[in-house]
Amino acid sequence: MLASWYDFRDFGNAVGRLVEALRDAGASDHIIYPVTALIGCLGVLVFVGGATLINIWLERRVIGRMQSRLGPNRYGPFGLLQPVADAIKLIQKEALTPRAADAIVFTIAPVVIFVPAILAFAVFPWGKEMVLADLNVGVLYLLALGSTSAIIVFMAGYASNNKYALLGSMRVVAMLISYEVPSVLAILGVTTFAGSMSLRDIVEFQRTHWVFLLFLQPLALLIFLIGSTVELNRSPSDIAEAESEIIAGYHIEYSGMKFGMFYAVELVNSLGVSGIIAALFLGGWWTFGLEKFVPGWMLFIGKMYAVYFLFIWFRGTLPRFRIDQLMAFAWKFLLPLAIVNFFAAALEVLIWREYEISAGIVLPIFAVVNFALAGALIAGWGRVMFQQFQRFPRRARLVSGIEVPELPYPAAPHPATEPVA
Amino acid sequence: MTAATAFLSGHQVAERITASLPGAVVEATEGWVVVAAERLVETCRLLHDDAELDARFLALISGVDRYDYFEVVYQLSSLAKNQRFALKVYIEEHEEPEIPSVSSIWLGAHLQEREIYDLMGIRFSGHPDLKRLFLWEGFPGFPLRKDFMTLPEGFKPGLQRFPKEDPESWGGEARVP
Amino acid sequence: MSLKTEPLVVNIGPQHPSTHGVFRLRVTLDGERIIDAEMIVGYLHRSIEKLAEERTWTQNIPFTDRMDYLAAMTGNLAYCSAVEKLAGIEVPERAQYLRVIFAELQRIASHAMANGTFINDCGAWQTPLMHMFREREKILDLFEMTCGARLTLNYMRIGGVAFDIPDEFMPALEELMDELPDRIAEYEDLLLDNEILLMRGRDVGVLPAEMAINASISGPMLRGSGVAWDIRKADPYAVYDRFEFDIPVGHNGDSFDRFLVRMEEVRQSVRIIRQAMGQLPPGPFCATVPLNVRPPAGEVYSRIESPKGELGYYLVSDGGPTPYRYKVRPPSLINLSALKQMMIGTSISDAVVTLGSIDINVGEIDR
Repeated sequence: MLASWYDFRDFGNAVGRLVEALRDAGASDHIIYPVTALIGCLGVLVFVGGATLINIWLERRVIGRMQSRLGPNRYGPFGLLQPVADAIKLIQKEALTPRAADAIVFTIAPVVIFVPAILAFAVFPWGKEMVLADLNVGVLYLLALGSTSAIIVFMAGYASNNKYALLGSMRVVAMLISYEVPSVLAILGVTTFAGSMSLRDIVEFQRTHWVFLLFLQPLALLIFLIGSTVELNRSPSDIAEAESEIIAGYHIEYSGMKFGMFYAVELVNSLGVSGIIAALFLGGWWTFGLEKFVPGWMLFIGKMYAVYFLFIWFRGTLPRFRIDQLMAFAWKFLLPLAIVNFFAAALEVLIWREYEISAGIVLPIFAVVNFALAGALIAGWGRVMFQQFQRFPRRARLVSGIEVPELPYPAAPHPATEPVA
Repeated sequence: MTAATAFLSGHQVAERITASLPGAVVEATEGWVVVAAERLVETCRLLHDDAELDARFLALISGVDRYDYFEVVYQLSSLAKNQRFALKVYIEEHEEPEIPSVSSIWLGAHLQEREIYDLMGIRFSGHPDLKRLFLWEGFPGFPLRKDFMTLPEGFKPGLQRFPKEDPESWGGEARVP
Repeated sequence: MSLKTEPLVVNIGPQHPSTHGVFRLRVTLDGERIIDAEMIVGYLHRSIEKLAEERTWTQNIPFTDRMDYLAAMTGNLAYCSAVEKLAGIEVPERAQYLRVIFAELQRIASHAMANGTFINDCGAWQTPLMHMFREREKILDLFEMTCGARLTLNYMRIGGVAFDIPDEFMPALEELMDELPDRIAEYEDLLLDNEILLMRGRDVGVLPAEMAINASISGPMLRGSGVAWDIRKADPYAVYDRFEFDIPVGHNGDSFDRFLVRMEEVRQSVRIIRQAMGQLPPGPFCATVPLNVRPPAGEVYSRIESPKGELGYYLVSDGGPTPYRYKVRPPSLINLSALKQMMIGTSISDAVVTLGSIDINVGEIDR
């Protein structure tokens, strides 16, 4: 049953009404679908545009607080107009193209990179009826979009004809390809439980079984969260940008609004991934009956920002991996964990379906089992992984007087006779 | 509490050097020992390997321009024995001074010798990578030499005495030459 | 099949966020692995040693601020004690204690900066740096309270210090000393258990003790390599022989050990300051030294333990009004002696971390 068109709890109703009205008026599907799709696209674009401005402010402000400073507070109330000022500044600046750069690729890269970032928002289940494109392979679509950014970033880095940019883009390609694997395997666990790849159906599964998939798949959430920080180039995995090593990586040569595009895309992508996590693991618009009182899209956006805050928190507090450590982390730590998690999920679903046990009994058991499994795996594997770094005490040894280690007599010539520089 | 670092007088060090390398020591005073430039490397190797002097730590190399000759001063110390002493080398040549490099003995001498070459123009033969450290290649002259950018008529830059100060109070013009 | 590859030469610096100034490192990379490293310095060269020969002994004190500008107090102390040694000036007791207090405060400030930037180089985006700046800021407030300046302090004089401490200094110092151990414990809780930081710092830029001594490396770097050598203990200057403190020593000689040593040194500095506060005697804060001090002809090599390492002054006097030779032993420069050996074979990310853990100061390297 559709509510009235002005029901702001679910804007999908309005579009539904419009479709009905147009159909009543005798319009053909060739008109109806483009019109409704355009309305939906505009809605998504407006949201993304507005959210980006908010995100810039939020990111700077929250990180400022974490770093015991104030953050932007000059323009507008609480510095809310700071992103606008930033944007004006960036637009005014000259967008330089280095002479040695491949001008065409260099110019289109910041434009193209926006496409997958925005496309991801199309399949999000904003509300019960509020899905712009209810793809039955939604999860696959999102993962595919995530991997296209590797090519675009590589375009940007390679076209810049800069050594730092080249290093950065090489790193991006290496790590994106590595992290696709555990991320996909983690998501497979979720889709195994939900039995569908459509984001709408996954939310529907969580609603009908009265459970967040977070409780059923904690390990998958963790793996996906880590994998997505890598795909987003965010700390602790921002090795493609790594401003303390390769300065800004692939977008080092970009200036003005071209740089602004990369900057904005990073935030849009972060929000996009937050949306994926909110839909897959946190129930999307459904929140244990709360959606009856609060519009579902508000809950969804709220969850999205909760996850986004987590990303900001990571960025504000964690140091950065080294590229080989990041790779080792993917292949040695996350991949086995993801495989075990997927295997466990498949086994559990098989038991559930085979013996037709009621969900009320079996799901709590699965939740406990999966949490125990996640804890045990992380603790055990982590101990093995980090053993070599913990072979020394955490504190410096204290010596009360001078104490110089015995050196052999006669002294050997120093090990490397090469000069420093 | 450990006692302060023992300072070995030049005589003590000279005795030790002469025992193994007779003729290497040119002069020994209370504060330092002067070694012949051509025997510098073997002397330093001896000092470094000697169990008693144990000069494992080369604290500082410094060049001093004495107008008609150069001094290169090595501040050597032993961490294990907590003692230190100074070693000097005189280079009579003033235009193209050159002494052997000790960088084959102390890794820490590399940068310091490069710095001295850069600023004072003393060449260290045997240094594997002797080039200017701070200034660019082709910089005219060596700034720390006393005759760098000398003013005409033999006038020396810098204070010769304090304004309104009576030269008699400190014994007349001390500056050479 | 083998691909034809060629090494990539990358300039790290002189404009680079992690070179702590205008330090330039030219690395040759094979992929991400460093096969050659060459340091190029001199962008900040001001020829202080030459300028100093044109200025009187007293006029040279401000130059010592401008060398290691993050540890101006220890620069002052090193130069003034060298001149005092050369001229045979007796420094009053109170001045000695004030010097110790300020030198240790400066050490805390410098180590806060060094550790903050080290973690920043490890990729923790500014947060530890900003938090450690908070403590540094309080120390700079104390400096401002006493001598009016925050960075280039020019506080010490030949024969003592320029000003006595104001009345509000001691309560503020007391408060800071109460706070600092908690802060260090907080940082240790937050940082030392961080696996990523451990992974970035452990086994990176390893410097064995033997090479460290051979390469004339001093200060926290030498201690990080396992050599318990501290000039405050070995050759006590000022009144350091009256205080109880320990020398922190690293286990492995890697970047993380140097970080640990600096962390622990802050705690030891607090210990020293506490003792010095309790023993601070009344009396004059500066000996009566003529402004135009004229040390007798002679030469001296005097060294102190600066936050970066052994900061020495080799001064030659010919009895004139200005130094005949004014030579600094810059720990920042000499600690870079083994840079190439530490870097070759590691990756470009490690190079930055190693450089961060050495704690260079370009003002002191180039002079």
